[in-house]
Amino acid sequence: MKILIMGCGRVGARLASLLDEDGHNVTILDTDTYSFRRLPPSFGGTALFGNGIDEEALKKAGVEDMDIFIAVTQGDNRNVMACQLARHIFNVPRVMCRIYDPLREEMYSALGLETVSPTKVMAELFRDKIKG
Amino acid sequence: MYIIVVGGGRVGYYLLKALLNEGHEVLLIEKDPRICKTITDEMGSVCFRGDGCEAAVLAEVGTGRADMLVAVTGDDEDNLVSCQVAKHKHNVPRTIARIRNPLNAVLFKKLGIDVTVSSTDIILESIEREVPTHPLTHLLTFEDKDLALVDVKIPAGSTTIGKTVKDLDLPRESNLALIIPSEGGARTPTPATVINEGDQIIAVTTRESEDLLRAALMGA
Repeated sequence: MKILIMGCGRVGARLASLLDEDGHNVTILDTDTYSFRRLPPSFGGTALFGNGIDEEALKKAGVEDMDIFIAVTQGDNRNVMACQLARHIFNVPRVMCRIYDPLREEMYSALGLETVSPTKVMAELFRDKIKG
Repeated sequence: MYIIVVGGGRVGYYLLKALLNEGHEVLLIEKDPRICKTITDEMGSVCFRGDGCEAAVLAEVGTGRADMLVAVTGDDEDNLVSCQVAKHKHNVPRTIARIRNPLNAVLFKKLGIDVTVSSTDIILESIEREVPTHPLTHLLTFEDKDLALVDVKIPAGSTTIGKTVKDLDLPRESNLALIIPSEGGARTPTPATVINEGDQIIAVTTRESEDLLRAALMGA
């Protein structure tokens, strides 16, 4: 599958290399080329400089042909806006989005985005560990 | 009216001042405690410290009874989310967002933001009015009806000069409202009105037929 990832932080870079190993066609986007150092030397996908909340940058990254778009930058609002661009302007079939703020995550999940809140997931994970 | 302004930068600051002067009930939401303090010291308790994108903050300031929310931070994504939370969580009837990237107007409109304001576009339109190669200028847009009030100047050499209005090949969705000849005064166009060089034509058109209208008025 063709997958576009926005944000080459720890999560973005790791996800990109996992998906690349699984044989997907991966493109990763970041506004700071220095962050591409996080990609392993074996990474066979494309690393591109660009801002994922800019229509023209998304188009250059080939968003129109993507099967999946994933936004994992540090900013909740940036992720949400990029996903809505991918979905409503470029009709990408699946868009996924990291949203730290649980309230915002609930709202956008209700609006039809596939969302993950690391805040919720981590808190529940630790609680479950303590419960045993 | 109860109006909530999100973002205490320069746009937010002067907007707050102007709206207060007009007698509205206004509250500004700003993250930075220093900016909040400056505004509170000057204008009293009209500033709330918090993140205007958070549903909880918006609930605390009574967004449910607000008539309007205006998001004017410097970041398009923050303005978008603030307006969406206001719409979907608090049913604010009217939301206005400032945008930096003019292309974002399409997305914001699709997502239900009522009005977008792009300073880039506003400056561009002021320039267009002065440049002869831009014969069509937007005077006003009615976003919800997808109509625009435009101003077309008839330059020298247009093939339509000397023709009457009924001979023009106007698109169906366009209406000529007014013709202002170069010597001044204004006439309501009739089918027999003749187009002259230097005429300024005020028309209402859909966005889609703008180019057709321009071509019809100025010739090829």
